[in-house]
Amino acid sequence: MSANTLKATLQRRPLVKKILEGADDNLLVIAGLGSSNWDITEAGDRPLNMPLWGSMGAPVGMGLGLALAQPTKRVLVITGDGDMLMSLGSLATVASQQPDNLAIVVLDNEKFGETGNQATHTSPRNNGPTDSGAGTDLAMIARGCGIADTATVREASEVAQLVKDVRTKTGPVFRLVKVMVEKLEFVMPPQDGAHLKDRFRQALLGHP
Amino acid sequence: MNASAAPDWRDQIFEVLQDHDVKQVYHVPDAGHGRLIEACQRSNAIRTLALTTEEEGIPLAAGAWLGGQRSVLLMQSSGVGNTINLMGMPKTLRFPFLTLITMRGDWGEFNSWQYPMGQATPKVLEAMGVLVYSVETAAEVKATVDAAARSAFNGGQSVAVLLRQKLIGIKNFGKK
Repeated sequence: MSANTLKATLQRRPLVKKILEGADDNLLVIAGLGSSNWDITEAGDRPLNMPLWGSMGAPVGMGLGLALAQPTKRVLVITGDGDMLMSLGSLATVASQQPDNLAIVVLDNEKFGETGNQATHTSPRNNGPTDSGAGTDLAMIARGCGIADTATVREASEVAQLVKDVRTKTGPVFRLVKVMVEKLEFVMPPQDGAHLKDRFRQALLGHP
Repeated sequence: MNASAAPDWRDQIFEVLQDHDVKQVYHVPDAGHGRLIEACQRSNAIRTLALTTEEEGIPLAAGAWLGGQRSVLLMQSSGVGNTINLMGMPKTLRFPFLTLITMRGDWGEFNSWQYPMGQATPKVLEAMGVLVYSVETAAEVKATVDAAARSAFNGGQSVAVLLRQKLIGIKNFGKK
């Protein structure tokens, strides 16, 4: 049985809560639009979270620009498979810079959650006429782009190590986490982009 | 060219970027920006990033600004279309954005494939709320890029400077 046909067992919300547990001023978090945004917000909205409401494909680039500007802080990008698929080249750009303070977590449920759970390319091939993808392996792509420290996480027993890696291990770190398809409550942070940006800069730099 | 003439306009752009404390420079390979890109790559004060597509430059600029650094995106007009969707980010987040664009499909261009995006460049930028400045002569480059940087970093605007083909020279590919 190929890895792609394994059934995911991890739930994204408790997982993200564990990843962000005890987040202090040293942790800068960027989340992709949709589910990842709601995930980090349920874990606890904070000024040093930058949850996106649009700009699909932007989180990894934002994380890189931020990581280079703030080399003493830990930068964590949390996003989904659909978002990551839209900016695969950004992984090569991350690799070209080798930021040691950047970690990327892709929560891969193999679906476009916000538009009705259509299959992304990470869904298995031959999965029926309306639900087939390509079996795309984003961890392998990240490694192929030149990010040496990549891994795929599927089991609850691996979560403690995942949290440690993305919070503290020398970057760039890429973790693909296979998560269940779930219908979850929208937990929304403020929407105004200028406000989110200003509160982030105020908390980080002391001015908007 | 007379060696004692005014400094090369590409070197003047590099000076302006330094004057404005630009710390991150994003680019795709480009002949028109080549000399400037190499100056940035050699600088210890500037981080220079080669992109896989121009679109990457916008979220990078957003992240740099979140972290307190100024940046600039160097691209050709042929790459402007790749950035248009994410060009909404500087408007929505209201952060300063500066891009310097070498024009193709503009003035005596031999390659017909360059015309559609070259001709549409100012229109699509303006449609996304970007201020568009344009330079046709070397004498105007320094002041224009400086004004653009002020509008961006002091005035909080998205600003593009079009370095017209008349300034850069017509690419001939060996043809006369």
